[in-house]
Amino acid sequence: MKLLIKNGTLALDGGEKKADILIEDGKISKIAENITADCKTLDADGKHVLPGLIDIHVHLREPGFEGKEDIESGSKAAVAGGFTQVCCMPNTDPVCDNALVVNYIKNRQREVNLCKINPIGAITRGENGAAMADIGKMKRAGAVAISDDGKSVMDSNIMRLAMEYASGFNLKCLCHCEDINLVDGGVVNEGYNSTLTGLKGSLRAAEDIMIARDIALAESLNVPVHICHVSTYSGVEIIRNAKKRGVKVTAETCPHYFILTDDVITGFDTNTKVNPPVREQRDREAIIEAIKDGTIDCIVTDHAPHALKDKQVEYNLAAFGISGIETSFALSYTYLVKAGHIGLCALVQKISKVPAQILDLEGGELKVGSPADITVVDLGKKYKIDSGKFISKGKNTPFNGFEVWGKTVCTIVDGDIKYSI
Amino acid sequence: MLAKKDLLGLYDCSAEEICEILETADKMRDFLDGKDKKSNLLAGKSLITLFYENSTRTRVSFELAGKYLGANVVNISAASSSVQKGETLIDTGKTLDAMKIDFIAIRHPMAGAPRLLAQNVKASVLNGGDGMNEHPTQALLDMLSLKRKFGKIKGLKVAILGDIKHSRVAKSNLFGLTKLGAEVYMYAPETLLPKEISKLGAKVAKSREEAIEGADGVMGLRIQLERQNGGLFPSLSEYSAFYGVKDNLLKYAKKDAVILHPGPVNRGVELTPTLIDGETSVIEEQVTCGVAVRMALLKLLVEYREKNL
Repeated sequence: MKLLIKNGTLALDGGEKKADILIEDGKISKIAENITADCKTLDADGKHVLPGLIDIHVHLREPGFEGKEDIESGSKAAVAGGFTQVCCMPNTDPVCDNALVVNYIKNRQREVNLCKINPIGAITRGENGAAMADIGKMKRAGAVAISDDGKSVMDSNIMRLAMEYASGFNLKCLCHCEDINLVDGGVVNEGYNSTLTGLKGSLRAAEDIMIARDIALAESLNVPVHICHVSTYSGVEIIRNAKKRGVKVTAETCPHYFILTDDVITGFDTNTKVNPPVREQRDREAIIEAIKDGTIDCIVTDHAPHALKDKQVEYNLAAFGISGIETSFALSYTYLVKAGHIGLCALVQKISKVPAQILDLEGGELKVGSPADITVVDLGKKYKIDSGKFISKGKNTPFNGFEVWGKTVCTIVDGDIKYSI
Repeated sequence: MLAKKDLLGLYDCSAEEICEILETADKMRDFLDGKDKKSNLLAGKSLITLFYENSTRTRVSFELAGKYLGANVVNISAASSSVQKGETLIDTGKTLDAMKIDFIAIRHPMAGAPRLLAQNVKASVLNGGDGMNEHPTQALLDMLSLKRKFGKIKGLKVAILGDIKHSRVAKSNLFGLTKLGAEVYMYAPETLLPKEISKLGAKVAKSREEAIEGADGVMGLRIQLERQNGGLFPSLSEYSAFYGVKDNLLKYAKKDAVILHPGPVNRGVELTPTLIDGETSVIEEQVTCGVAVRMALLKLLVEYREKNL
């Protein structure tokens, strides 16, 4: 099986370059100008050819919450968003806290056979924060990291033991940072807009305290740690200082944290409800700065699809989360590259190579010998985000109607075209 | 002309709209002093009171406002409705709407619930208090009480003391009073002051004396007893000692200043019994004004409905 991608502009670590890519047996076999081969050819003239996008923080909802999303719909949405590989969080039902569920997800991935899916195991049994899950067995079954995403492990000693134990299996903790006592039922950022709306606010400190704690644990134990969905300027500062000291900390953020402020909550649109909450201009600017200087290593979607009924209720009762996997690249390209903050190649690294490195996954680069996970995008076309057309079951986005650039034209996984328009 | 289908809050109302409501309410207040409180203004219209939280004065006030104007009134409390069977607010609203009603007065523990309801029903929604967001009819009745006492709102100074953070009353008063040119001073324990309230136009005082100095109106807000269990202040006696409005503090206010309270009152906590029952108190007049304000709103909204819907 061969596939030739002709006339595209490649986004390489060293910069953009016009070249062809030849794929043989699922691997990139040649990158050069003017390749000729007698095989299926994809004309990428005027398009950009990127290493397949990689998202290390998504919720596919299966097993248990198939009304919100399932592995098939989530995979279809992922490849439509240009993602060739995702890592799914364990807050399913049952929780992915044992090898059985890890195997189930891997099996479903093989049946669906679209993007690659790497399960993330729970840190604690049932994500209850009390007792460690079977971390070794989950790793053996294929888990690539552990996380109790959706909440923090509140007991610092349990967190310490889990981080320490997991390091023996070369597994990183992906830390959802939120002091639940301090959040105290808050649903939005605490500040001017929480006062204006009367919606209960949550302080930056609720996130920052846990960022600081998990970094302190990693530093004391000399193990690596990854901080999920950073949303505060002050959290950025904690991470920046830790990196300066040489702590093995990496961090991610999501498009909504560098695009939106909590001004969007004032209409009580439950599609703006997300955890951690979108914050203020100061935070938004600090997140962009952190993306530029590398304090924040990578961009994830925190794709959190929900059924309509989970959002068509009072703001307090609505589910947290944004369905983001189909809009992440376009939003990031529009608000980071088009806006002049970083270059295309730097952005691509943050949605492909760097997240792969953080979790030691294959892929993330266009180079000979690598798996042919490739995303072709059209950066020249402006279009309006239309949540009604999402492939994901989750239509919940605060970005409906936003004008963006950057459309996925074709998504290739292991040399097979999994999505094309 | 009140140009809206619903009354969700005073933040969304213009000064002109608030003035019109108060002028109409002023006439309704006179009407309430009449012998025979009977009008056909809302004959053939229906008002539902849909209360998800306990209430005496607000619910009864809406009910009587509707009845005095000749409307059919039905009361629903969440405890005895399909809400107990898990019906969503939107479904409840649509069900009521299908019975061809004209108004829903809603009270709900969650901010934004009246807006969600309003977006999903044809009936006009009146906010009877939503979480920590707004309680517009309460603020309007406070303003009517002040206007009838002083003949104006512009230039008045109103001091609000108590649990500001959890008070939709304080916020609606802040929006309404400042829009009409009054000054609003607030004083509360730091744990009971919401973030950046000064950006919404409040003047945050450093002491009870500063808050009350030269005030035309002094409003105590109810301290909800469960707040103390939440650890927001150490004890009721400490609260009363540092934040309660004592008799001797009134000397800082203007001579003809009035005492207001949205009720129900914790006697001796936020206000002393002497103040509550004293000559300066307009607490009972507030209740009467409450009926007048709600009558005025029903009248204005029905006029809007007949022209526009």
